[in-house]
Amino acid sequence: MLPDIVALNTSPSLSVPWWKVVYDFSSLTEWIDASLHNYMSPFWTSITEMLIIGVLILLFYAVIGLFLVYAERKVCAFMQNRLGPNRVGPFGIFQTIADLFKLLFKELIPIKNADGFLFNLAPFIVIIASFMAIAAIPFAKGLHAIDLNIGVLYVMAVSAMGVIGVLLAGWSSNNKYSLIGAMRSGAQIVSYELSVGLSIITIIILAGSMQLSVIVEAQRDGWFIFKGHIPAFIAFIVFLISSTAETNRGPFDLAEAESELTAGYHTEYSGIKFAFFFLAEYINMFIVASIAATVFLGGWMPFHVGHWEGFNYIMDFIPPFIWYIGKTFFVIFLMMWFKWTFPRLRIDQLLTLEWKYLLPINLVNVLIMAFIVLMGWHF
Amino acid sequence: MDKIQLGEYIKSIDQDLGIKEGNQYIEVTVPPSKLHSLAKQLRDDKEAQFDFLFCLSGVDWGQDLGVVYHLRSTIYEHVVVIKTRTSDREYPQFDSVSDIWKTADFHEREAFDLLGIRFTNHPDLRRLFLDSSWGFPLRKDYVDDINIVTK
Amino acid sequence: MEEKEKNINPDEQQEYVINMGPQHPSTHGVLRLVVSLKGEIVKNIEPHIGYIHRGIEKMCESITYPQIIHLTDRMDYLSAHINNEAVCLNVEKALEIDIPDRIKVIRTIMSELTRIQSHQLWWASFGMDLGGLTCFFYGLRDREKILDIFEETCGGRMLVSYNCPGGVMYDIHPNFQKRVKDFIKYFRKILPEYDQLLSGNVIFHERSKGIGKLSLEDAISYGITGPTGRGSGFSCDVRKHEPYSAYDRITFKEILHTEGDTYCRYITRIDEMWESMNIIEQLIDNIPEGPFAVKMKPIIKLPEGEYYQRVETARGELGVYIISDGNKNPYRVKFRSPNFVNLSVFNHITKGFKIADLVAIGGSLDLVIPDIDR
Repeated sequence: MLPDIVALNTSPSLSVPWWKVVYDFSSLTEWIDASLHNYMSPFWTSITEMLIIGVLILLFYAVIGLFLVYAERKVCAFMQNRLGPNRVGPFGIFQTIADLFKLLFKELIPIKNADGFLFNLAPFIVIIASFMAIAAIPFAKGLHAIDLNIGVLYVMAVSAMGVIGVLLAGWSSNNKYSLIGAMRSGAQIVSYELSVGLSIITIIILAGSMQLSVIVEAQRDGWFIFKGHIPAFIAFIVFLISSTAETNRGPFDLAEAESELTAGYHTEYSGIKFAFFFLAEYINMFIVASIAATVFLGGWMPFHVGHWEGFNYIMDFIPPFIWYIGKTFFVIFLMMWFKWTFPRLRIDQLLTLEWKYLLPINLVNVLIMAFIVLMGWHF
Repeated sequence: MDKIQLGEYIKSIDQDLGIKEGNQYIEVTVPPSKLHSLAKQLRDDKEAQFDFLFCLSGVDWGQDLGVVYHLRSTIYEHVVVIKTRTSDREYPQFDSVSDIWKTADFHEREAFDLLGIRFTNHPDLRRLFLDSSWGFPLRKDYVDDINIVTK
Repeated sequence: MEEKEKNINPDEQQEYVINMGPQHPSTHGVLRLVVSLKGEIVKNIEPHIGYIHRGIEKMCESITYPQIIHLTDRMDYLSAHINNEAVCLNVEKALEIDIPDRIKVIRTIMSELTRIQSHQLWWASFGMDLGGLTCFFYGLRDREKILDIFEETCGGRMLVSYNCPGGVMYDIHPNFQKRVKDFIKYFRKILPEYDQLLSGNVIFHERSKGIGKLSLEDAISYGITGPTGRGSGFSCDVRKHEPYSAYDRITFKEILHTEGDTYCRYITRIDEMWESMNIIEQLIDNIPEGPFAVKMKPIIKLPEGEYYQRVETARGELGVYIISDGNKNPYRVKFRSPNFVNLSVFNHITKGFKIADLVAIGGSLDLVIPDIDR
C-alpha cells in the first residue's frame, strides 16, 4: 500500500482509486489556473485568482467565526450543565447570526478624549493579522492560498501582529482598565511567543523544513506527535499552553479578565468594532489550533497504524479536509475545556510559568530533539 | 466574671461611674471625659480583657446624644455595655476609641453620618452613607418632608 | 520651585487611581472601591458605600415589630431567614415568651438551610471572581434545590419572611422533611464535586494560599466574625458561645482554621456546609409535635428597656439592638451587620497585593452590599 501512495503523489494516474484523485485539490486548482490563463493575460489571471481567494477566505472566515462562537457557547453550556442557545433555529444554530445582526446594528459609541484614529484602527489591525494568517494554512492537499517555504514562520509572525492592535486599543480608549489590560496583554504575548516558537522549532528540527506542505507530507507515515517520542509530546503540551495564552483565552485571559478589569482592552468598544475583537479572538483560536493540527497531528493526513492495511485503507477513504477540520476542532475543544474548568492565573504567576518553567523545559526539549534527530532514533 | 463581679470590678476602677444592671448585660454610664481611659483600661486589664467591640451605636435620647458601646471579652466571654452622653446637640463630641478597637473606625463614621456625633482623634471622620448636604437622619428632630411620609 | 518638586513623594506621584464599581462584576453589588495602584500592586483601597442606603434603622422607628421583620429580609438577603430570626428572638426575649420546641427546631433547620444556600452562592461567585465561570452554574444549580424547599414551605424563595414574633408564619409543608432529607442525600454526593472543580485545582491554590492574611489579633480588633473571622482562628460562632433556638441541644463543631488567608476562609465555608448538613440531619427526624406559633397580642409592645440579640448569619455575627420606650414602635433599632464590619478590614489585608488578589480577597470576605448600606 505504502509505495503506491508515494507514487500517487508525484503523478495522479487512473490506476489509483477515484477518491484519491477527487481528494487531491491541486488538480482542481491547476485546472482553474490553466483555464483562466486561456482567457486572460498572466497579470489579470493573478488578480482574478487573488480576488477569488480573498472572497473565499473572507467567506470561510465569517463562517468559521460564527460556527466557533456557536460551538463555544454549546461546549460551555455542556460543561456548565446548561442547554446553551436553543431558540433561534434548530438547536439554536442561527443564534450567532442573530447576534451578528445585533452587533451590526448597535451604536458605535464615540469616546470622549480617546485617540480617535488609533481607537478606530485597533480592531482592524487585530482582524487583519488573523486574516493574513489564514492564507498560509493548508486545509487539504493542494488547498491553501499560498505555500510559502517559511510557512510556519509566516503564520507565527503575522498572527503575533495582533498584539499591536490590542495595545493600541488599550492605549487609545482613554480608560484605565483598558490600559491595564493592554499592558498585561503586551507582557503576556511577548513572553509566550517564545514558547510557541520554540515548541514549533522542536518539530521543525524533526521535519527539516518550515514549509507547511512539506511538514504535512513528512507525516504521511506517522504524525509527529507519535514520531518524535517524548520530546514531541512535551512540545505539543507546551504549544497548547502557550498558544492558549497567546490567544488571550482562559485561564490566561488576563487582558480581558472580566472579574478584575471589566472587559480589559475592549471595554470601550461597542457594536461592530467590538465584534471585530470578538471574531478575531475566535479566529486566532482557530489558527492556533490548525497550526497544532498541522504541525503535531499530521494536518490533513489520515490516521494510519503501521501495517494494518485494511484499517489504513478505510482511513484513506475519509476526505483530508474532514481530517483536518476534525483535528483542528479537537484542539479547539481542548482549549475550550481549559477555559471553562480552570480559574484564571495572576499576572506574576503567568510570567513565572513562562520564564521559569516553560522556557527552560522548551530549551532542553529542543536539544533532546536535535540529539534524537542526529542519532536517527525517531521513527 | 458574672454580672455582679463585673459591677464590683468596674466600681473598683472608678467610684463615680453609674452602674446599672440591665436585663441582659451590665450597663456602665461614663462621662465623655473618662470614656477613653476607661475603654483602654477595660481592654488592657488582665482581669477584664474586653478585646472585642461588637457593637457601637449612636443614640438620640431626646435631649441628649449618646453612644453605646457593647464590649465582649473573647477570653472570659463576659459582656459590658458602656454608655456615654452629652447634652450638646450643636457640637456633640466624644473621644474616638478607634485606636483601641480598630472596628470602631467604621462604626464611628456611621454614627457621625447618621447622628452627627463627632469623634476626636478619629483618623478619617467623613460621612459614610450620605451626601454632605444631608442632615442627620437618626436624630429625633430630623425633618424631611419629601422622603419621610408620616401617617 | 525646585524645593516643591523635591517634596512630592515619588510613590504618590506614581499612584494610578481606578474606580472599582459601583458597577463592577466583582464587587457583587453597588460597592465602590477607589483603588490606588502602583502598576498592578494595590496601595490603598477606600470603600465608598451608601449607594443603596435605605435608612432601615430610621424606618424601623416608625413601624411595628412584626413589620420590622420584613425589612430585615432586605439587609443580608442571603441570610434572610436568620435576620428575621434575630428580630423575633429579641422580641420574644423582651416579652419573656416561652417558645415551644417545635418552633425552635423548625427555625434551626431553616437557618441552616439558609446558611448552606448562602455558602453555595458564595462559592459560585467566588469561583467566578477567580475566573472559573463554571463554578457559578454548579453553585446555583444546587442552591435552586434549597430555594424550592423554601418556596414550598414559606411561599417565598429568597426573601422568605417566614418568622413572626412568637413562632413562624405557617406550619411546615407535609413534604418538607422528605425533601430536606433528599437534598442532604443529594448534596452529600455533590459537595465533593465542588472540591474537584475548585478546591483541588493547582491554579486555585496558587491564587488563594497566603493571599490576604488576617492575623487573629487583627480579626478580633477589627471585629471580624463569621467564616472570615473563623478562618483566622477567631472563635466567634454565636451558635456555640451564646446558643439560641435549638443549637444548645445538638452537637456540632465550630469550624476553625488558623492561617487566615483566602484559602482558609474558603475552606472554612466549605466545611461549614458539611457541618450544617450534620445539624440538619440531627434535627430533621426529631421535629416535635406542637403549635407552630404562640398566640401573641395583636399589638406587640415591648416593655421599656434595651434588648440585644446576637445570631450567627452566614457572614458573621448579626446584632439587633432594640431600645424600647414601651410603645408599639421601637425607640431606636441598631443592626450590627456583619458585612459592614467585615468591609472595614478590606483595606488592611489587601495592601501590597495585586489587583487579581484584590478580587480574590473581596470574594473571600463574601460581602453582601445591602447589608453594609442598610
